[in-house]
Amino acid sequence: MFLERILRTTALVTAVATLTSGAALAQKKYDTGASDTEIKIGNIMPYSGPASAYGVIGKTEEAYFKMINDKGGINGRKISFVTYDDGYSPPKAVEQVRKLVESDEVLAVFNPLGTPSNSAIQKYLNAKKIPQLFVATGATKWNDPKSFPWTIGWQPSYQSEAQIYAKWLLKEKPDAKIAILYQNDDFGKDYLKGTKDGLGAKAASTIILEESYEVSEPSIDGHIVKIKAANPDVLLIYTTPKFGAQTIKKTAELGWKPLQIITNVSISIGSVMRPAGLDNAQDVLSAAYAKDGTDPQWNNDPGMKKWSEFLDKYMPGADKTDTSVVYGYGAAQTLAKVLEMCGDDLTRANIMKQASSLKDFAPDTLLPGVKINTSATDFAPISQLQMQRFKGEKWELFGEIISGDVASE
Amino acid sequence: MELFTNQVLAGIATGAIYACMALAVVMIYQAIDHLNFAQGEMAMFSTFISWQLMQWGVPYWAAFVITLAFSFVAGIAIERILFKPLVKAPVLTNVAGFIALYAIINSSAGLIWDFTIKQYPTPFGSSPFLGSQLISTHQAGMIGVTVLLLLGLYFFFQYTRIGLAMRAAASVPESARLVGINTSWMIALGWGMATAIGAIAGMLIAPVVFLEPNMMGGVLIYGFAAAVLGGLTSPFGAVVGGFLVGVFENLAGTYIPGVGNELKLPIALALIISVLVVKPAGLFGRQIVKRV
Amino acid sequence: MSAAEDVVTEAPAVEAVPKRAMTLGTGTSLVVLAALIIMPVFVKNFIIFQMTMLLIYGLAVLALNILTGGSGQFSLGQSAFYAVGAYTTAVLMEHFNVNYALTLPIAGVVCFGFGFLFGQPALRLSGVYLALATFALATAMPQLLKLNFLEHWTGGVQGLVVTKPDAPFGLPMSQDMWLYYFSLAVVLAIYIFSVNLLRSRSGRAFMAIRDNEIAASAMGVDVALYKTLAFGVSAAITGIAGSLGAIAVQFVAPDSYTITLAISLFLGMVVGGVGWLPGSIVGAAFIIFVPNIAESISKGLSGAVFGVLLFLVIYLVPHGARQVAILGQQLAGKLRKN
Repeated sequence: MFLERILRTTALVTAVATLTSGAALAQKKYDTGASDTEIKIGNIMPYSGPASAYGVIGKTEEAYFKMINDKGGINGRKISFVTYDDGYSPPKAVEQVRKLVESDEVLAVFNPLGTPSNSAIQKYLNAKKIPQLFVATGATKWNDPKSFPWTIGWQPSYQSEAQIYAKWLLKEKPDAKIAILYQNDDFGKDYLKGTKDGLGAKAASTIILEESYEVSEPSIDGHIVKIKAANPDVLLIYTTPKFGAQTIKKTAELGWKPLQIITNVSISIGSVMRPAGLDNAQDVLSAAYAKDGTDPQWNNDPGMKKWSEFLDKYMPGADKTDTSVVYGYGAAQTLAKVLEMCGDDLTRANIMKQASSLKDFAPDTLLPGVKINTSATDFAPISQLQMQRFKGEKWELFGEIISGDVASE
Repeated sequence: MELFTNQVLAGIATGAIYACMALAVVMIYQAIDHLNFAQGEMAMFSTFISWQLMQWGVPYWAAFVITLAFSFVAGIAIERILFKPLVKAPVLTNVAGFIALYAIINSSAGLIWDFTIKQYPTPFGSSPFLGSQLISTHQAGMIGVTVLLLLGLYFFFQYTRIGLAMRAAASVPESARLVGINTSWMIALGWGMATAIGAIAGMLIAPVVFLEPNMMGGVLIYGFAAAVLGGLTSPFGAVVGGFLVGVFENLAGTYIPGVGNELKLPIALALIISVLVVKPAGLFGRQIVKRV
Repeated sequence: MSAAEDVVTEAPAVEAVPKRAMTLGTGTSLVVLAALIIMPVFVKNFIIFQMTMLLIYGLAVLALNILTGGSGQFSLGQSAFYAVGAYTTAVLMEHFNVNYALTLPIAGVVCFGFGFLFGQPALRLSGVYLALATFALATAMPQLLKLNFLEHWTGGVQGLVVTKPDAPFGLPMSQDMWLYYFSLAVVLAIYIFSVNLLRSRSGRAFMAIRDNEIAASAMGVDVALYKTLAFGVSAAITGIAGSLGAIAVQFVAPDSYTITLAISLFLGMVVGGVGWLPGSIVGAAFIIFVPNIAESISKGLSGAVFGVLLFLVIYLVPHGARQVAILGQQLAGKLRKN
């Protein structure tokens, strides 16, 4: 009798142990912001203020997650996308992120935009061990897993892009005299540094003029006149779209044709090349990692078709010439992939683990051949670009896909 | 030397933008004795209206005239509806009202037309003017229109009954009322005219800086600065002020080593303040005597 | 006030607030203070953070109230002094390891000097011209902070990260709570100082200048001294607010201190009631919370909604919160009679 009891108890205990250990493997793990039915994702964007042109990125992402939810969500869970306006002001960014974390209790903060805002919230998020995922700025400092293990970038860093231009110039035009027009903020200065690093020892001799301008200036024509007087062969245009268009227009008006290389941020055909004047924009160089929504060469591309259909259904009236709309889609798709890879383990640690384990992931909107790769030491998901030349009414890619990995100092 | 002349010419071209805006600023100041922060936004909104009309197929000059009429009426409407109730309120409250108007117009424009830049046509073409590559025909046209506007305003304020009545209503309202001037409607008229002038400024500026909701932010400051430099009571001063600011800014950026480029606007403003310290009413303004 | 009618006699740009109405009654003050002291125990850290920002902006608006409401000088440039205070604290804390509490008086002194100096050329300007001059200062400040040769200290466009202090003596409270009480103490001290300043001889000199500068000068008030003094004091207080702001937000960058901040502070002053010191906190509440409310109503039109709400406020109470307080007082008086 006693023996029976012991045997029965042992069997029971063993059975329970087997069951629970098996279940432990399939057990759901949640941090604040995740549950059986919902994943809460936070975001801050400049919907007002000087950078409000980028607010549409947040709107695109919101629409994308709605589309995902309509299709059943991710692993059966709906994404709750909470986005706030920070007006491109760091104190406001801090306030909004604290609200997201402490009041809305989101699982992670995704694609916050702007270097100043992200610099302001980086320490806080890392201290609280909350993922600062796929930061929407090209500043190089986000690729620093040792100091900031919870912060990961997304787009190619400005410095890597600038280094690509520098290396190309060293190869194709080693004796050129280079003038650089750059926006006097973190964006422009990052490009400037990347260029100098890329040129290495030849930087001092090849760069004949570094000309900065302020975002508040209505027109930069005066700067162009000054640059022309220095007579460079190459003009590097590190500006945001409006000023890029003004520059290309002005150089043409002055009857001056240096080799112009413009940043990836200002390559939109509809928002930059056309206003500048298609004739004026011929032979301008740049580099790209994503497809342009108005480029007819992607008309039959399955990825861009999906993008176009998405816009028609979820963002009717959206400006397809706006590169921000392509950007938002690509970033959102990357997050969706990471969340999917997390399965039922929706802890913040696992999110970072999955985000740093992406292997050859290709969102619909990236150029063929450009893939997302991350690892424990590589927090720069996209670091490949391909150079392109503006010919006729579109960009012609040329050369190979170049990798421009630059680690943070 | 060539760089110097080039920068001066380029400065005059940019200065035309400021001069245009400065005229609108002076206009509103003549009418209400205050500076209206929302002036630039109203100009921007009018420019968008004309752009929208052209998108719908209306030819340039027709759109221009319709927009002018619309701006004039809108200016009067805004004054009557929004600011007449504030006439008895303190000055600072009115200024808060201007700021509120700024926020409303800027935000609405962003929602209706989004923030990407749009191309805006010019009736003057963009070829080099008189063979000079530094001033395009458009910029020459801009200077021409500004000078025409200036002459028009000068005649209006000096020699027409309404113009004189408006000046009286703004500077000595009680006396003006005593001689039968309807000061309230003078203010409304001033707003209407200022908005219309602002619309002209916007439509001239947009081809150069490209049309987008934030396009007037920087321009307005320069417009204020130019108007103050020239003297808030003098349209002629406003235009001269605009050109001076444009030229000085370019020269400062080119010749002051190190910081000249990064501090263009502060240096320009510092210059203006220095002028004001010496000539408190601006270069061409009338000195107002205040009695206890 | 105005005697002659044939020469331009302007009504003062800033209207006078009767001295007795300058502050809240003692009873109300104590109730408000008690509420402010007890509040953190009951709310989350995030709300405590927002309340700290409320106190900080309230302090900055208070400084503007002294300058404009007190001495009648118009200023759209307070963001410049706020920035100097913030950066002084950040640089001292991060480069020189100075204790955070010590940086406050240093920032105050630096900003006082700065404000006093600025007041000199501003002496000859008034009204719209002074507005432009202060505006120039506000737009210049972010540019100055970005200057290359200062970059080693200021961090240039990247800014500086500031470390938040822990509660001293191992007190059992979060960093947020400690900073809140610290700020409350500072704000209280400065508020009492300001009230006494405005009631003193200097305060009377300020107000005489505000009401009629020429008459004041004729009566023997040293206009130059008091005008620059007003600027200095106002700048010092704004600088201290900036210092607290830098510690609370834990970050300083040129983009944090643009003309938008100066305009917000100005709006805060108008909404609170120009010259009415207690209104400063109401004004600060307006500029912190109403944009959030506007955003929750409509993300795309948040600016427009904000503008509409602002219009509503200035229509209903053109004199700001002070008007509401007066109405309240009258109501209380009527109830007491019945």
